[in-house]
Amino acid sequence: MDASYIILGILILIVAYLVYSYNHLIVMRNMVDTSYSNIDTLLQKRFELVPNLVSTVKGYMNHERELLEAVTRARSDWMNASTIQENAGADNVAAKALKSIFAVAENYPDLKANKNFLMLQEELVGIENKIAYARQRYNRTVLDLNNAIQKFPTNIVAHYFKFQTKEFFEVESGKVREVPQVKIYEGED
Amino acid sequence: MDPIYKNITSNKRWTYLFFSFYAIIICVIGYLIGMYYNSPIMGLVFSLIIFVLILLGSYYGGQSVITSMSGGNKISKEDEPYLYNTVEALSIAAGVPMPKLYMISTDVPNAFASGRDPKNASITVTTGLVEKLDRLELEGVIAHEMAHIRNYDILIATVAVVLAGTFVFLGYMARYSVYGGALRGGNRNGSAGLIFLILFIVLVILAPLFAQLLKFAISRKREFLADATGADLTGYPEGLASALEKISTMQKSKSKISNMALNGIYIINPAIGDNSGSRFFSTHPPTEERIKRLREMEFIDSKSNITPLNNDKTVYKVGATPDNEKVAENGYLVCEKCGGFYKLQPDESPDDFEQCQCGGKLEFRDKI
Repeated sequence: MDASYIILGILILIVAYLVYSYNHLIVMRNMVDTSYSNIDTLLQKRFELVPNLVSTVKGYMNHERELLEAVTRARSDWMNASTIQENAGADNVAAKALKSIFAVAENYPDLKANKNFLMLQEELVGIENKIAYARQRYNRTVLDLNNAIQKFPTNIVAHYFKFQTKEFFEVESGKVREVPQVKIYEGED
Repeated sequence: MDPIYKNITSNKRWTYLFFSFYAIIICVIGYLIGMYYNSPIMGLVFSLIIFVLILLGSYYGGQSVITSMSGGNKISKEDEPYLYNTVEALSIAAGVPMPKLYMISTDVPNAFASGRDPKNASITVTTGLVEKLDRLELEGVIAHEMAHIRNYDILIATVAVVLAGTFVFLGYMARYSVYGGALRGGNRNGSAGLIFLILFIVLVILAPLFAQLLKFAISRKREFLADATGADLTGYPEGLASALEKISTMQKSKSKISNMALNGIYIINPAIGDNSGSRFFSTHPPTEERIKRLREMEFIDSKSNITPLNNDKTVYKVGATPDNEKVAENGYLVCEKCGGFYKLQPDESPDDFEQCQCGGKLEFRDKI
């Protein structure tokens, strides 16, 4: 009589644990999905602004045709991308091209005075920043999920319900968030 | 358990403690007033109703009380795209919804967060903060506030501010009723006068006590934790460190934002501009200590919690010079216990590290 109660108690505890870990895994997987779609939304927003930027800049930058073409190409590559890696590749190209456009813009005072351009610049730099943070967030949620899937004892539950580990975003870590370096040379005299 | 979640639980416990303490005090006062009218039970019931009303009021309305007390105006994306974008970026990093944004127009830089949970939160900054800090410093400050939001520090701060405010108000009331009674020539009998005297003393003592509790609630530990979480969010502790340095030197005496009830919730106490605050009563740890801790974090990978055992910074700086650009792909150290990882720098070898901060064993891997 007593023993059966104890066994029943243990069984209830085990079931409660299973339910808890299953739900926890689901929550973490949903967090990964949400953070991934966050990145996607931001990329979408950025590429929506590209045609706008190109048309604003075109009139000023006659010598920088290649840069503008690179951004436009990256945009169409991104829209046709089917894997995470392709997606990330197109996105890196676009990020670099945009960065160069803004760097080159320093040489065009007329462009720097254009209100529309300044607005687009703030918006695009802002989005770039958000993308970096969204990726960091994604990687952290993936780390949490992968840890839970691989660590004992949640790995048993994860294996039984076929939870899969997710891949990380490869970011040149450190470089993305680096401060622009300003070198100061001391005079010889 | 994750230290962040542990902290959230302890914050919720603190809040309950606050509520209970406040309830008891209110009941005692109600009982005393009831005695004056010869029905202590009615006084008790009445005061409990008042307690529930204040409680609900501070839970749902505390945030708007605080933001209007601070004199901030609501800001939209069109008004301040730069600030708005920065806040939005860090809300993404922290995985919380975009908080409401308020701005106080004063050139003294400062900021605070309030609200009851991450879904109902706001961040208030001064115009000076946006003007005087660069992007990385601003990100550091916003990340600190975002950490307060995610850790539920804002709930306890908001409730504490409102409770302390109520008691200061009640204290005034008691003082005036006693003075008033005395001026009218004291036509009440002796015991009623005594009850009011007790009430008066209780409230006058309690008002500062609650202000004191408020200071404990927004404790130094919480500030350190928000600094650390914030630095972890941006991955760049130096941003927050230099922001704290700037903000603390720019507080002015008798500035617009300095307010007894609110000072504790700012990232740097505005009262330090008055040069009178003693260290014993301060809500925040000394700024130099906060900056020092942040600067010591600099050599930790943003995603890791493993610190190099060798604390000689010069050794770790060598690899960072541009002309020493070796390929950084040196592998990772993964902790078996907490799952944290640290990316090896070009001039480091796995032998430089003995164990993880959590005490777990480290394992070397080419890739993760």
